[in-house]
Amino acid sequence: MDKVEEVKQNALQEIEQANDVATLEAIKVKYFGKKGELTALLKMMGTLSAEEKPKFGAIVNSAKEEVSEVLNKKMDAFAKAEMDKKLQTEKIDVTLPGSKIIRGSKHPLTRVIEEIEDLFVSMGYDVVAGPELETDEYCFERLNLPKGHPARDMQDSFYITPEYLLRTQTSAVQARAMMANTEKTPLRIIVPGKTYRREDDATHSHQFNQVEGLVVDKNISFADLKGTLEIFMKHMLGEDTKLRFRPSYFPFTEPSYEVDVSCFKCGGKGCNLCKHTGWIELLGAGIVHPNVLSMNGYDPNEYSGFAFGTGLDRLAMFKYGITDIRLLYENDVRFLKQFDRKDD
Amino acid sequence: MILSTNFLKDYIDLDDDLDIHQLAEDMTKMGNEYDTEGKLINATKLVIGEIMDCVEHPDSDHLHVCQVKVGEGDVRQIVCGAPNARKGLKVIVALDGAKLPEIEIKKGVIRGQESNGMMCALYELGLDKKYLTDAQVAGIEELPADAPVGEDPIKYLGLDDGVIDFDLTANRGDLLSILGMAYEVGAIYDKKVKDIDLTHAESDEELKFKVDVKTENCSLFLAREVKNVKIAESPDYIKERLIASGIRPINNVVDISNYVMIETGQPLHFYDADKLNGMLQVRMAEEGEKLTTLDEQERELSAQDIVISDGTRAIGLAGVMGGLDTEITENTKNVVIEAAVFDGVCVRKTSNKILRSEASNRFEKGLDPNRTYMAMERAVKLLSEIAEGEVLKGTEVYDKADKENKKIEITVENINNILGTKLSKDEIIDCFRRLAFECESKDNTIIVDVPTRRIDISIKEDLIEEVGRVYGVDNVEGKSMTLSVKKGSYDRTSREIRNKMVNLGLSETLSYVLTNPEEAPMFTSEKLDGNKESIRILKPLTEERSCLRQTVTTALYRLYQYNKAHHIEDINIFEIGKSFYKLGEEFFEEKKLSALMSGTYYTGLKQEKIDFYTIKGVVEEVLEYLGYGARYSFVVDDNIPGDLHPGKSASIIVDGKYMGYIGRINPCICNEEVYVFEINLDKLLAVKTGKMKYKEISKFPTVKKDIALLVNKDVPASDLQKAIKSAGGKLLLNSKVFDLYTGKGIDEDKKSIAFTLEIGDSTKTLTDEEIAEEINKITENLAKKFNAELRG
Repeated sequence: MDKVEEVKQNALQEIEQANDVATLEAIKVKYFGKKGELTALLKMMGTLSAEEKPKFGAIVNSAKEEVSEVLNKKMDAFAKAEMDKKLQTEKIDVTLPGSKIIRGSKHPLTRVIEEIEDLFVSMGYDVVAGPELETDEYCFERLNLPKGHPARDMQDSFYITPEYLLRTQTSAVQARAMMANTEKTPLRIIVPGKTYRREDDATHSHQFNQVEGLVVDKNISFADLKGTLEIFMKHMLGEDTKLRFRPSYFPFTEPSYEVDVSCFKCGGKGCNLCKHTGWIELLGAGIVHPNVLSMNGYDPNEYSGFAFGTGLDRLAMFKYGITDIRLLYENDVRFLKQFDRKDD
Repeated sequence: MILSTNFLKDYIDLDDDLDIHQLAEDMTKMGNEYDTEGKLINATKLVIGEIMDCVEHPDSDHLHVCQVKVGEGDVRQIVCGAPNARKGLKVIVALDGAKLPEIEIKKGVIRGQESNGMMCALYELGLDKKYLTDAQVAGIEELPADAPVGEDPIKYLGLDDGVIDFDLTANRGDLLSILGMAYEVGAIYDKKVKDIDLTHAESDEELKFKVDVKTENCSLFLAREVKNVKIAESPDYIKERLIASGIRPINNVVDISNYVMIETGQPLHFYDADKLNGMLQVRMAEEGEKLTTLDEQERELSAQDIVISDGTRAIGLAGVMGGLDTEITENTKNVVIEAAVFDGVCVRKTSNKILRSEASNRFEKGLDPNRTYMAMERAVKLLSEIAEGEVLKGTEVYDKADKENKKIEITVENINNILGTKLSKDEIIDCFRRLAFECESKDNTIIVDVPTRRIDISIKEDLIEEVGRVYGVDNVEGKSMTLSVKKGSYDRTSREIRNKMVNLGLSETLSYVLTNPEEAPMFTSEKLDGNKESIRILKPLTEERSCLRQTVTTALYRLYQYNKAHHIEDINIFEIGKSFYKLGEEFFEEKKLSALMSGTYYTGLKQEKIDFYTIKGVVEEVLEYLGYGARYSFVVDDNIPGDLHPGKSASIIVDGKYMGYIGRINPCICNEEVYVFEINLDKLLAVKTGKMKYKEISKFPTVKKDIALLVNKDVPASDLQKAIKSAGGKLLLNSKVFDLYTGKGIDEDKKSIAFTLEIGDSTKTLTDEEIAEEINKITENLAKKFNAELRG
């Protein structure tokens, strides 16, 4: 019995003093190998009486387990230290850039269009499109603008032939949508798209973008138009945005209004952006002219509607603080790349 | 229209403290926008002075040293360079501290002489030189001898006016007159418009003059004659009002025609009666007929122009410009006055060719025939009073005009339904009263008597707008619509394509559709587009923007050049846009997806130059994302545009149909490696794809085997791929190229191409023998078809 305790103490002491894996391996052989000291003790069991055997066996096994546990622990510690040392040599520079493909970007005008589409689609509107090379009939005549009408001066057009032109307004799609709806059921549409006018200067691009809205239904009033545009502008320019409606004139609506929004830069106090008026003119709107309804197959006695239109270029410019309209069409990659992330 | 508030006050009483800015803002709320508003003369600290003494400056050859009396016992020394400065002259003096439009006046010393102010010319006070005589521009303003020293010279000259430059809407021709403005302002402030004074003396002599109208384009023509007028300068109030209205005073007779036009809105024309043949005729011009107009230019006329003739020759272009021969001159004695209504569309066409004038603008917007009569009487009155003429008895009249007021019936509900208001009948009638519209009512119906001056009002809706304007648009509450429940919709596919392209690393552009004739057809296919032409604008702004692009790629290439010029290396852009062409007499527009790539595609350490396969990967990714997975191919055929590299380009085919092209821009055009593609989205999206649906995942393992083949260099990978597929049958789940090798160890005319094959069966685990047999089938087919050798 004492012998067992002695061997155990010796083993533990040797383990304690061991400084590397090799020494530990040697200790393992010395005590647990075929000729190992602890193995030899077990072999001694054969010489004992049946009574002593189990008792002695239990003592030796317990000593074996204790030594083995201490030994394994120390082995693991050495192994881990060694691995750590090896991994240290594999160290890389984590500050180098990740490998990725270049990041694309969406044009600011598209961003604004998508935002408007999402808003109106959520209110049950259909987004529709129409040709950019339009006929005089749809661009003007079906909108109550016969040839020779002085209001045609408001829009200098790029004609291709006397009958064809690049559309000057997305309103052309109003007439198309009404004509296409052969059942003459209620309509709720918006039309974002490119438009063209024969002017080019610091504040006008000959190609620009508009969005048009049209609702035709029963009992549509100016109050509905006002409410709709309030939601639209608050959505685009912020909850605090106020609207001012001024009577105006468009041949396709009667009554007609020009709509100003409170200047979002100065909050209406007056600044350079709003030319010190506190207001920025942003939309044209009105109640659909009965001639436009009847010319496109809707009975003005049964239906009424409202329409509105606004320039997307200016909305995009306001939204992103772009100061020169030409930037939108120059497509300088350094400009485009600024619109390469999620917008807040 | 520039509104002079002094002029306006002849017809309406305005509160003295009414601020010009307030008036402009109130008019804006009524729908009448303005560009500018303010005082006619913007200068402070001005007084009338008298030069008591004027001597030459000792150290200057042109300056004078003047002693100027500016008030009782207040004489100041002022150094002045005007040649007309002289003793006894009454002048305008800007005192020390005066603010003039261009400068601020300060006490100072000029070449050793003290100067305490400045004597001014009117242009120095901000009046445009075009309104002034040469003498007024050459020196300081000379005031009349009785001008009161010490008083405000601006008030004394009647130039203390406020002006608003309105930007009016096209329908409000009635506001192109002081009277029209008076009604509008009257509605705002609830004031009554005063009557115009038309009373005048008449001589006993009868008018013998004849009028003959030979065209439907003239609905009303009036002529009167005034004899023995005395041509002179106009009285100050006329000159001031014309200047305030933006018109240069000339002489009393000419000024009266302009004055009455501004006042009533009716353009008039005055003829020298002695140069006429006793008659005025209105007819359409003969094609090629000649006329020398007031501006001394000979004009060739067309059959669309309305002309005035004296029976022998054309003497004026109706509503646009008079003839040189019959104009009023310094020597004119007898005047024939024309007041007429000509067709607006005709006048518009002619004036667009010749000159847009104050007169033509009014004809185009439409006139009130009752006003025509009024203007004629007003003109002869002023000619008799101011130019001391004798008004002959009688008016020559041709009148086919409708001069009746329109009666429009409207109900209270009509108005409230459209405005979304709850106005009472009395409130509505009060709105009409303020506009000076008479009305009668019965139950809920109101019959409105619309005066002829309001030619813009013809239907109920017009009246609703009037009520809205007077009631105040701001007073209507906005509301949320309650409409039937309906799902909205939008073009999701285009948006998905755009998102995909952005995710693939490209930047979206928005380029110009208009380009020059050389660039418009770039990247078209000689074979496919040979008969198509680019579309040209009739009246382009510049040649640079005169044609519609036939491809979107041409615009992207333009943007590439722009960015390259700005030293940007990596240009990866795309656009979804329209391109246009003409085929025969028909026009077409197509929606395209186009992209251009050049530079590097990866960032970080793994930089890789963009090549054909980079952009091809983008196209494949888009087509697969759209659901055309196994249905597309890239083929080399004769549809490829000549502007592409013939060896590095292909046609993009989906379901056997041509959809567009891909390739490197031909090095003859661009030295750099630039790759483009363009797909016709109208055509592509017409090819239907199936709905996304779940397919069961096989429970049995699959095996991947790599094979490397040695084949002739010119065997396309897609042919090998096809042969693998056809031989592989059902068990071949997938096959992909993963390596290509040419060079050392391989014959020069050969290449080594390696595929990964994925083999499996959804019903069982394949045995090694079955797998070997499948591979064998495939390699045998390749050997048979392409003489392909299996490499180690």
